[in-house]
This record gives sequence, C-alpha cells and structure tokens, in this order.
Amino acid sequence: MQKRTKLLLILTILLPASICVAAGIGAYRILPWKIPRILLFKEEAFPILLYVRFPRVLLAALVGSMLAISGTTLQGIFRNPLADPGLIGITAGAGLGASIWIVLVGGGKIGIWGLPIAAFVCGMFVTLAVWKVSEIQGKVHTVTLLLAGIALNSLAGAGIGLMTFLADDEQLRSLTFWLLGGFGGATWTVLLVTLPIGMIGLFLLLRQGLALNTLNLGESEAYHLAVPTESIKRVSVFGVALTVGAAVSAAGGIGFVGLVVPHLLRLMGGADHRFVLPGSALGGAILLIFADLFSRTIVVPAELPVGIVTALLGGPFFLWLLIRFKRQIFL
Amino acid sequence: MLELENVGYKVNGKWLVRNINLSIKNGAFWGFIGPNGAGKSTLLRLISGELKPTSGEIRFFGKPIDSYQSTELARLRAYLQQQRDVNFPFTSLEIVLFGRYPYLNGTKEADADIGIARKSLKRVEADMFENRLYPTLSGGEAGRIDIARILAQAPGLFLLDEPTNHLDPKHQVQILNLCKMICEQGKTVITAIHDLNLASMYADQILMLKNGISITHGPPKEVFNKNMLTNTYDISFNILKHPDGYPWVMPNLNCL
Repeated sequence: MQKRTKLLLILTILLPASICVAAGIGAYRILPWKIPRILLFKEEAFPILLYVRFPRVLLAALVGSMLAISGTTLQGIFRNPLADPGLIGITAGAGLGASIWIVLVGGGKIGIWGLPIAAFVCGMFVTLAVWKVSEIQGKVHTVTLLLAGIALNSLAGAGIGLMTFLADDEQLRSLTFWLLGGFGGATWTVLLVTLPIGMIGLFLLLRQGLALNTLNLGESEAYHLAVPTESIKRVSVFGVALTVGAAVSAAGGIGFVGLVVPHLLRLMGGADHRFVLPGSALGGAILLIFADLFSRTIVVPAELPVGIVTALLGGPFFLWLLIRFKRQIFL
Repeated sequence: MLELENVGYKVNGKWLVRNINLSIKNGAFWGFIGPNGAGKSTLLRLISGELKPTSGEIRFFGKPIDSYQSTELARLRAYLQQQRDVNFPFTSLEIVLFGRYPYLNGTKEADADIGIARKSLKRVEADMFENRLYPTLSGGEAGRIDIARILAQAPGLFLLDEPTNHLDPKHQVQILNLCKMICEQGKTVITAIHDLNLASMYADQILMLKNGISITHGPPKEVFNKNMLTNTYDISFNILKHPDGYPWVMPNLNCL
C-alpha cells in the first residue's frame, strides 16, 4: 500500500478512537472501549454521553476539520504556506459578521441559521478583499498578503468593538459568551446547524485536490494545462467562507488550526493535495478534539478558552515556519 | 500550422505587440529575439491562447485559436514560463506528472502516465532527481524538470520562454539539442531567447522584435547582419563565423 493511503487509513481509525477517548474523559470518567456498549444498550452513563460529551466532542471535530481544510485550500490557491484563515483576517471577518447579526439583527437571541449565514457573508467579503489587495499580476505577494491580513484583522476587530459598544445588556451577554469562543455551549442544535453547512463546504473543497496541485505551478502554467483556474478559485473562496463562517459561528475564533495541520501532513506525506485535503480534514478534527479536551480538563472546574490552547501550539509553530521559509519567501 | 495575421495586443492604451504577420510551419524551430520588453513573451502568450489579441487573428491548424476547448488546446501546445515558483514540497516526478493533467479528466494518474513522466525525466537526464523535492533543486536542475514536464504534456507545439536561462553551457546545449530533436520528429518549437549565438546555432527561423514590432524574420544567416542588430539593440556588433558555419555575434563594447 502507498504511504499516503496508509497515513489516511491511520487517521481514519484515529478519529473515532479520539472521539471515544475524549468523550470518556471528564468529571464522570467513562472508559473509551465501553462507549459503544453504553450507546447501544443505553447503560448508566448514556445521558452524560448523549447530552454533554458527544455534542461537544463532535462539534470540536467538525470545527477542527473545517478550519484545517480551509487552511489547506487557502495555502493551495494563494500558493503560499503562510496562509491561514485567522492570519489573513477571514476568521475576524466572519466574527464581525456574527457580531453584527447578534447586535443589529438578531435582537439578542443568537439566531440559529442567521449567525452562520452572517459569518459566511462577511467571511467571503474579507476573503475577496484580501485577495484583491494582495494580488499583483496574477501572483499573490506574501508580504502584502500578511499585511492585508493585519489591516483586515484590525478593521474587523474595530467593528466587533463597535458592536460591543452598541449592544444592550442582553445582547452583550450573548456577544461575550460567543466571543469567548470554545465548545462550552455545544448542543445538538448548534451541531445540527453547523453540520450541513460544514458538509457542503467539505464536499466542495475535498474534490479540488488534483486541480490545486497543478495550480501550484502558477496561474499561467495551470491555464496552459487546461486547469479551470477561475472556477477553482471561486469554489475555493466560497467553500472557505462557508466552512470558516460555520466554524466561527459555532465556536468563535480559533486560530492556527488551519496553519498547523496542513504543514504537519505535508511533513508526513508530501504536498499532494489529494492527500493533504482529506488528511487535514481528519487531522484537524483530531487536533481540535484534544485541544478542547485539554482546555476543559486542565483547570477543572474552570475552562481554558480553546483558542489559547491552539495559539500556544500554533504560535511557536508559526515562528518556526517563518524561520524555515524566510529565505525562500521573503527574498 | 500556425498563422498570425496582423496580430496586435494593447494594454492600457499601449501596444505591446503590433502588426505581426507570421506563418509557422510544422517541424520548424523558431527563435524570437529582441531587447528586454520587445514583446517576445507577450507574443508567445498570444500564440498560446492565454492572451486574446486586440486586433488580428491567430489560426492554429487553420482554426482560430479561441475556437479550441482548453483541454484540446492543452494537448496540442505546451508553454513554459520564464519564472516558476513552487512553494510546496512536491517531488520532481509529481511536478512532471502535472504535465499529464490534460489527459486525466479529473482522475488519478494511470501507470501509463507515470511511465511517460519517467521517460520524460530520462530525456532531460534528470531521472536521478525523481524523488528529490522540487523546491530544493538548483535553478538548472529545476529548469530541466520543467522541460520534462512539458515533454510529458506531449504537444505538437512547444512554446518556451527563455528555456536556457540559469543553465550551464552543457545543459543549455542539452535542452536545445532536445528541442532540435523534437523538431525532427515533426513537432514545432518556438522559443524566446536572449542568447543570440545559441539562437543562431539552433533556430531555423528568427523573428527579431523591437518595441512590439517585427523588425525582420528569416533564417539566422539573413537576419544576423550588423545594421539590423545595431538598430535593434542600440549597440554595435561584430559578426564572425562559428567554425561550424553559423553567424557568431559579438557586441562591441566601445560603442555604447
């Protein structure tokens, strides 16, 4: 069997295993191998698993795979290993969309479908903006890309600040709760709203591996190989805005998953997107399951925001990437 | 095989290429020469179909080039850009396999495609780099992998923008010998090239461009004359003879 197929197979086995391990750990301990039986026969711990642990763990898995696959896609279409939905402002843009929804439209109640849709629309707008700004003659300039990211991040931050300022007490409560991020508020409702959006996004993005590979040669070369570059870019922007919007509305801004996961996969199995895309969907899920597990068990009974855990992991990783690639990229 | 009729291309009110009339026959080796910014690359990209001419028409096997489907066109002509940047750790073999994209119809590469890619690598003597990561190769090595990629694309028309850049003399000669061989198999090569002497040795036909206008075209022996070169490049030249009979062009340093 090919090395990549093996890696994907291992990840496919690891994902349900991680879900069971994480679902078992908490104030009430459940052994992971007992979980299938408990679910099947509705034994003692069934309600805890069903109403507390599983929505949370599954939501973390879904958000992790959405963030990771959108990071991979962004790196692919920008042909740039430093692209990440958080770094270039898409996460913040989606966050602004969600805040606007909560404060100006939703009237304090977090609308079930409105929140992800608002996040999606603003996320897409930011993706297009960052693209238009950093593209010079068909090539995306790394420095400009990151600088545009800084600008859009702070703009969106200011917008979120303004929304906080405008919010009344009740809105402020929902806004703050949501801005804190994490999976503390995970319920089946949130999961069932996020799941279809995420599935559409994953479905769109997963199919683009072969074309993304060829796009790596540059848009002009890809054109000459009959790669439909324009439609690839459109689908990517749409899919990324969809997945990031859904992830942000479900769990707030969680950084660095989209940066770290594709790189780990490339280190393990090379750059072929037909491997990295599904691999990062699986790997992102596993990573965020454990990041969330860590965040809810390390300071019991309190919870560390999961964004801090991923930033602690991702910050040093990003620095390492910068050092490793600086000669290649910043010439 | 390829006809250019009164072709012009205008960007922001400026003509980059203008009034080009050219007829290119199967199996010919054309060299496009001219100073920087003369329009060599633009003309290649017009011929490839990437740019649409503002005026005139380009016909490929008698049909206007924009009447071809993109996959059809990708199997008929390959284009190699001047600069490439690959930021991800693809292996050389994977890069060469990208040349098979127009034949895949969105499916996985078959063993036959991998065989073709390996054969192409062998033809540029780069088979030992097969598993090396492309971004870690030297400029010359990467250049050969790129040539292997367009060989794997197996077109009838090769459009090369400065394929000998960054190559040492051995590999310059190797690549151009390969182009010559391609022509002998009845395929056509058009290359933009700065090295006048290599152009003189290898091309059957030269097109000399300046400011987007065709100064002259014809076999090197006719095109490479002192006045023409001096007018085109704004420095004076001496023209000698290569021992094998080709015109040998030397810029005259004192006459800037």
